[in-house]
Amino acid sequence: MENLIALFNFGFFRNAFAAAFLASLTCGIIGTYIVSRRIVFISGGITHASFGGIGMGYYFGFNPIIGAIIFGILSALGIEFFTKRADMREDSAIAMLWAFGMALGVIFIFLTPGYAPNLMSYLFGNILTVSKEELIYLFLLAVFIIGFFVIFYRMIIFVSFDEEFALTNNAPVRLFNALLISLVALTIVLNIRVVGIILVMSLLTIPQAIANLFTKRFDIMMLYSILFGFIGSITGLAFSYIYDIPSGASIIFTLVVLYGMLKILFVILEKVRLQKANG
Amino acid sequence: MDSLVEIRNLSAGYGQNIVLHEVNLTIKQFDFIGVIGPNGGGKTTLLKALLGLLPPLSGEIVFDESMTEGNSHRIGYLPQINNIDRKFPVTVFDVVRSGLMSRKRLIGRYSSEENDRANDLMTEMGISGIRSKAIGELSGGQIQRALLCRALVNSPKLLVLDEPNTYVDNRFERELYEKLKILNEKLAILLVSHDLGTISTYVKSYACVNSSLHYHSGNKVTPELLRSYECPIQIITHGEIPHTVLYNHKS
Repeated sequence: MENLIALFNFGFFRNAFAAAFLASLTCGIIGTYIVSRRIVFISGGITHASFGGIGMGYYFGFNPIIGAIIFGILSALGIEFFTKRADMREDSAIAMLWAFGMALGVIFIFLTPGYAPNLMSYLFGNILTVSKEELIYLFLLAVFIIGFFVIFYRMIIFVSFDEEFALTNNAPVRLFNALLISLVALTIVLNIRVVGIILVMSLLTIPQAIANLFTKRFDIMMLYSILFGFIGSITGLAFSYIYDIPSGASIIFTLVVLYGMLKILFVILEKVRLQKANG
Repeated sequence: MDSLVEIRNLSAGYGQNIVLHEVNLTIKQFDFIGVIGPNGGGKTTLLKALLGLLPPLSGEIVFDESMTEGNSHRIGYLPQINNIDRKFPVTVFDVVRSGLMSRKRLIGRYSSEENDRANDLMTEMGISGIRSKAIGELSGGQIQRALLCRALVNSPKLLVLDEPNTYVDNRFERELYEKLKILNEKLAILLVSHDLGTISTYVKSYACVNSSLHYHSGNKVTPELLRSYECPIQIITHGEIPHTVLYNHKS
């Protein structure tokens, strides 16, 4: 234990701690929206499409995260507006975008001369190497998301729960859909450095699945998701230090195990309750 | 003018597929119109056009001044219950109050008057005891009641119901129609339904939609009425033994 506390003396560990907190915060709120609205697959598409931007960043020599932000938001808005209008299967279109982004990324990285530094940290994430600059981005995003959800909470629920009804009430459905899907893209991209492209979706869905065991209310689900996301991240981080394993994978593994244990506990409790009720 | 909505020569559809052809219908105050017709005949399309979800291809829908409030129409809408995502984490109280969103700006809280109104309605519908529950924890009938509260909370002048008799039990169905009868003393009702027999004692007139629209004042379901839009349809009546009579198919 003392060993773990001593870790706080290291700057990189303090950064990792902050990253875990900000990741839990942003993913807790946005993930609740994603899960409630059933846009997990769309979010997966956005995640992988953004890899194209990372590849471009490498090739043209700018910060890959900037490329990922551009690709993420464009693909998010593309999915939002294109699939609803064009005569196209939505899920096929998303799968195409998903793979296309990955392909672009691979091509650009292949064409980039020399070694692609940090490539693995984009794919699998490394919470210990998150830079100050990226933490500031993540912090600004967290502040914006909290503000947005506090101010427009009612409208977000209104538009998400029953889009058709909201349209009959002349609610700004399109505007909010576009804003929210852009926030989804930003959250995904800025958390890529924390857990990586391959694992980021789980940070947006597993804490929510755990929270959903305890509550069926959107506002409380957000708070619980943040809490469980943070518990999972810190515990996972500790495991990764103790057993010297990659942090991203360790965090997700911890979260899934936590979900599994709680789920089993809930099933057992329910059985006991039923047995008592029956006599 | 006692007409609330006038639908004039309305054609509507999706892309190349024109579902409704040159439809006319006037909805007056205190009307109770049953919209019937075969699946794919355009009942839902008519509803969508009326609710402003589908722009008309030609023709127009004219709303009386008393029907407009701000930038929206005073229509209460009860969607089909299977359009609702039951797993969405939202409470009954929030669903009911969301019926007031059209009068709100983007931000701002519900006033205590608005909360009272929502609470009164829920008491009236017998769901005040479950106001804090998530909709996922409710039965079909309870969800429908919550949605009906949502449709009514903003005091509409016209209530539009889309197949309210699907997916709910018979007891609730009967209660719903009794409720509608009382509501009809204050507002006009447009009810889309497959189930002719059960509603025929309550509705005052019929609109038969099958690509075109035939309007029948009076609430008797006659063979002529059914023949007028040439579709096989069930007439369900209630007796000692529940029974279903199928009208002979035309071909």
